[in-house]
Amino acid sequence: MFEYRIPLRDWITSAVNYLEVKFGGFFDGFSAFIYFLVDNFREGMLFLHPLVFMLLIVAIMWYMAGWKNGLIAFAGLLLTENIGLWEAFIETLALVLTAEIIVIIVGMPLGIWAARSDRFNSVIRPVLDFMQTMPAFVYLIPAVMFFGLGLVPGVVATFVFALPPLIRLTNLGIRQVPKELIEAADAFGATAMQKLLKVQIPVAKSTIMAGVNQSIMLGLSMVVIAAMIGAGGLGEDVLRGIQRLQVGQGFEAGLIVVILAIILDRITSGFGMKKSTIN
Amino acid sequence: MEEKIVLRNLTKIFGKNPDKAIKALKEGKSKNEVLSEQNQIVGVYNVSLSVRKSEIFVLMGLSGSGKSTLQRLINRLHEPTRGEIIIDGVDITKLGKKDLREFRRKNFCGMVFQNFAVLPHRTVLENVEFGLELQGVEKIARREKAREVIELVGLKGNENSYPSQLSGGMLQRVGLARGLAVDADIMLMDEAFSALDPLIRRQMQDELLELQERLQKTIIFVTHDLDEAFKLGNRIAIMNDGEVIQTGTAEEIISKPANDYVKAFVEDMNRSVVLTAQSIMQPVEDTAFPGDGPRTILRKIRKKGLTGILMIDTRRELKGYIRTSELVEYIKNHKEKEDLQFDKALLHNALSVDENMPLIDIINIYSGHQYGPVAVTDENNRLKGVIVKGAVIAALSESFEFDSPG
Repeated sequence: MFEYRIPLRDWITSAVNYLEVKFGGFFDGFSAFIYFLVDNFREGMLFLHPLVFMLLIVAIMWYMAGWKNGLIAFAGLLLTENIGLWEAFIETLALVLTAEIIVIIVGMPLGIWAARSDRFNSVIRPVLDFMQTMPAFVYLIPAVMFFGLGLVPGVVATFVFALPPLIRLTNLGIRQVPKELIEAADAFGATAMQKLLKVQIPVAKSTIMAGVNQSIMLGLSMVVIAAMIGAGGLGEDVLRGIQRLQVGQGFEAGLIVVILAIILDRITSGFGMKKSTIN
Repeated sequence: MEEKIVLRNLTKIFGKNPDKAIKALKEGKSKNEVLSEQNQIVGVYNVSLSVRKSEIFVLMGLSGSGKSTLQRLINRLHEPTRGEIIIDGVDITKLGKKDLREFRRKNFCGMVFQNFAVLPHRTVLENVEFGLELQGVEKIARREKAREVIELVGLKGNENSYPSQLSGGMLQRVGLARGLAVDADIMLMDEAFSALDPLIRRQMQDELLELQERLQKTIIFVTHDLDEAFKLGNRIAIMNDGEVIQTGTAEEIISKPANDYVKAFVEDMNRSVVLTAQSIMQPVEDTAFPGDGPRTILRKIRKKGLTGILMIDTRRELKGYIRTSELVEYIKNHKEKEDLQFDKALLHNALSVDENMPLIDIINIYSGHQYGPVAVTDENNRLKGVIVKGAVIAALSESFEFDSPG
């Protein structure tokens, strides 16, 4: 139909190339930082005897989500160790935690900013829509371009994929704080910072925690996909199962991902709930 | 008397072009015309009044009359469009952001809201110390002050409760205590008691008056309830469509209403608002339940020294009235029986009136009725309170006093 094809792909390629050349040093530094985080998480968790680590997780589950969930987690973790996926499990956990830490560091301030400024909100909203509707695989490409193969692009892709829900829910939570609470704080002569720390964030806490929970869940799904660019962990076993048509192996690893998802979900949603039962 | 707050030609327009709205108002256009022609809302227009030190000044009007907006202009939660707000000789419309914050901390006891606006994640104690915390007062000092005012408002023992565990009346005490904890003398109360049950509400009004006796704050109290306005206000400003129509004491307003609007308001009050069953009823001392045995009921009666007791079910629906004399007789006649059951014959029809029944009708009922109290019920026949003879007489004498100036 058209003689002329808009060279969209050339533009994107040259933009990425330009960034790579211009900010190569930054990417290298960032890469080293992320690697440092993931590696330390992984080494730290592997340093503990599996049983010690299991009991630690079970204790946290017990406290956050009750003894039944604690027992489920314990059974799942024993199974993980039994079928030889313990290291992959820990690696995936390290990836997710690292990505989530960066998500919180970046996402919360952006969410707060979006709640305070309608203009910024109207700018960031389409960006978030864009980020969430893009197919997850697409994020792997620029991540690989900037950071090569391995752990780091996996974390970066996960970060990008998991960021939107936290921004959205932080924004929503703070906007939903009743008007009178803000007026009350203002009437006492609160500064903007006092309002934020003593009223808005605490009152919005359960919504923000729902955002953290959501982004962890999304992050976990992305971490598995990121195995395609060599991020390692449980995703690698799933991928190998697919490539070699070994149904059993693939499902085994998939099941452990589900167990990890249950653990992370119960702990983080338990945290949001615990506070809100008081309210 | 010393003037604490003086408002001069205060105007608040919500909209993009306030000059245009003010011009239209000056030409005699109404608030509604400005809204429909310019899509701008007139919150408050050209209000001048002064509030004296240590008085309760009530802003009274129906919803949309601008009373809450006017109150929020006084501490500049709303920025005034025109006019001056002079507090202790300082025109606060001229203060910068930082000075305004300091001024609020020093002069305002925060604000008390209809829906309490207490922080759900903080305990009573932490809520009460909130204002002091914002000022940077040290923890030990602010805790001490907070405990002091908690006792003052009658919340002692609830320091560590969370708001979700408290009733409406208690929550409003927290709101009040939070304001009183701050060492300032202007208190803004926005429909503070409007969300409370009628009985609790009256109790809170009484307590506020008692506190005021001791603390001598300058209180600006917003309400839509004329009864409340007359009870609390040393002086009252009646507002309509963003303007103050009349300012004066209750007597002045009743005896010399400024226009027909005020007159209609006041007439309405004389006939029904003050004098309904709801406004003179008292809390029920104790009640019997259908499952109670005769001896249990008698114990309840003895404990409070009653001449009879009302029976209600678990939904507080009124079942009937039991006379003490008959109950005692019945127990005497069945002395030997260990597990004596309640006999339906002891239960008489209770005399009850709707909570909105005017006092004049209640008097008629009373004259032909010799046993015990009259029960007050809502439209679902649920027990809300009781009226005793003394209360009727007291309400009557008050109403005669009310009528005499007019």
